[in-house]
Amino acid sequence: MSGVTVSAKVNGDAVQYVCPPNESLMDVLRNRLNLTGVKEGCGTGDCGACSVTLDDRLVCSCLVLGAEAEGRSIGTVEGISQDGELHPLQTAFIDHAALQCGICTPGFLVAAKSLLGRNPNPSEEEIRYALAGNLCRCTGYDKIVRAVQSAAKVMRKQKKS
Amino acid sequence: MRFESPTTTKAAASMLASESGAAHVLAGGTDLLVRMKMGMVEPDLVLDIKRIESMKVLKVAAGGVHIGGAVPAVELGESERLRSLWPGVVEAANLIGSDQIQGRCTVVGNLCNASPAADSVPALIAAGAKALIVGPKGKRRVGVEKVVLGPGKTSLGRDEFIEAVVLPARAGKSADAYLRFTPRTEMDIAVVSAAVNLTLSRGVVTAAKVVLGAVAPTAVVVPAAARAIIGTKLDDAALEKMAKACRAACNPIDDKRGTVEYRTKVAGVLGRRAALVAFERAGGSK
Repeated sequence: MSGVTVSAKVNGDAVQYVCPPNESLMDVLRNRLNLTGVKEGCGTGDCGACSVTLDDRLVCSCLVLGAEAEGRSIGTVEGISQDGELHPLQTAFIDHAALQCGICTPGFLVAAKSLLGRNPNPSEEEIRYALAGNLCRCTGYDKIVRAVQSAAKVMRKQKKS
Repeated sequence: MRFESPTTTKAAASMLASESGAAHVLAGGTDLLVRMKMGMVEPDLVLDIKRIESMKVLKVAAGGVHIGGAVPAVELGESERLRSLWPGVVEAANLIGSDQIQGRCTVVGNLCNASPAADSVPALIAAGAKALIVGPKGKRRVGVEKVVLGPGKTSLGRDEFIEAVVLPARAGKSADAYLRFTPRTEMDIAVVSAAVNLTLSRGVVTAAKVVLGAVAPTAVVVPAAARAIIGTKLDDAALEKMAKACRAACNPIDDKRGTVEYRTKVAGVLGRRAALVAFERAGGSK
C-alpha cells in the first residue's frame, strides 16, 4: 500500500503528511501530527470524542480518511485557545466541573464551539440536540449543558464590547 | 488499497470500470468507513467523489430540485427554499445521525447503503425522486424505488454510481412529511418510518404517495394507503382505512428493537400522522 501525500491546514498552520490511503484523519492527527487532544472513543462515529472541523463543518475524524483532507482546513481542540488564553468554553467547562475523566471533553468543546458559531444564543433543547453526537459516560450532561450556556453568555457579551 | 479522487464523473466511471478488485465509492463515508473499520469490506479502490464539482451542486427551484451525490445532508436543512418546497425530504435527511454525521452523510449515500431503515429513502420515493446514474455507457435515470433491491443490495452495476437525485416540479398546494419512531429521541435507527407526499385541490387530497420504511427488506410503497385518502379531507374513516392499508403492507423483522406486531401497529399510526402533517403543511384544514 503506497502512501498518499497530503497538504492541509490544521488550526491555521500548513501541514504536510504521508499516510496509508486507508488511515483515518483521526489517526493522522494523533499519530502523525501529535494532536492527541483528538480522542478515539468508538471509532465508528457514535461517540464524537474525535470531533474536529473540516472546512468549518463539524465531523468525526474517525469517519474521514487522512487522504481526503488534501487542501482542506482542519480545526482541533488544540486550536481553540488563543495566545495562551483559554476559550470561554474551556473556562466554563472548568468552572462548572463539566468533566471528570476528560476523554469526551475535547469533542464536546469542538462541537459546542461549532454550535455557538452558528447559533450564539441556543436554547437548552438546541444545545442538547447539537451535542447528541457527543457521548459522556461519567459527568452526565447537565453540567456540560450549563457550561455551554454560560460560555455562550460570556461570548455574546464579548462580542458586544 | 488505492485512493483516487477524480474531478469528473467521466473519469470516475472509467476508474470504476477498469478496477478488477473491490471498488467502493466514497461520499460522506459515514457507512463505508465503519464497514472498513469492522472488516466487513476490504476495498482495493476507494473512489472519493467529493472533488467532482457537478456532484457538489444543490439546485433548488420550483421546477425541480437537484441534489448532488456529494452534498452533505446538513446543506439540505440550510436551504430555506428546499425546506418550504420539500419539508418531508429535508426532515428525513436531517434525522440521519448527529451533527457530526450530518456534515458528511449524503442522501445518495443513504440510498446506496440500502438499509431497510434508511431515513431519507421513503421520503425520496414519496417525492417521486429519480436517481441520475452514471456508468461507462453514459447516464440513465431511474425512479429511486428501483435502486434498492434488499438490505445492502442495489440495482447499480459494479461500474455505476449515482451522480444526483432529482425531485420533480412541485404542484401548488402540495407538501410532504416524514416521521419515524425510535426508542431514543436522537441518534437512533428507525424502528418504523412513514413518508407521505400529497397535493390538495379545494381542500381535498387529489394525489398522494405513501411509503413505509423499516417494515420490510426495502422501503414499501403503499398504493392502497394513498387511494384511501385521495378524494377526502382526511376524515377519520379515510385515515383508519389508510392505517389499515399501511398495516397490511408490512413484512417486518422481529428483533430487540421491535416485534412484528409492534412494528405493524406503529406503521399504521405513523402513516396516519404523517398524512395529517403533510395535509396541514399543504394548507388543508379539517
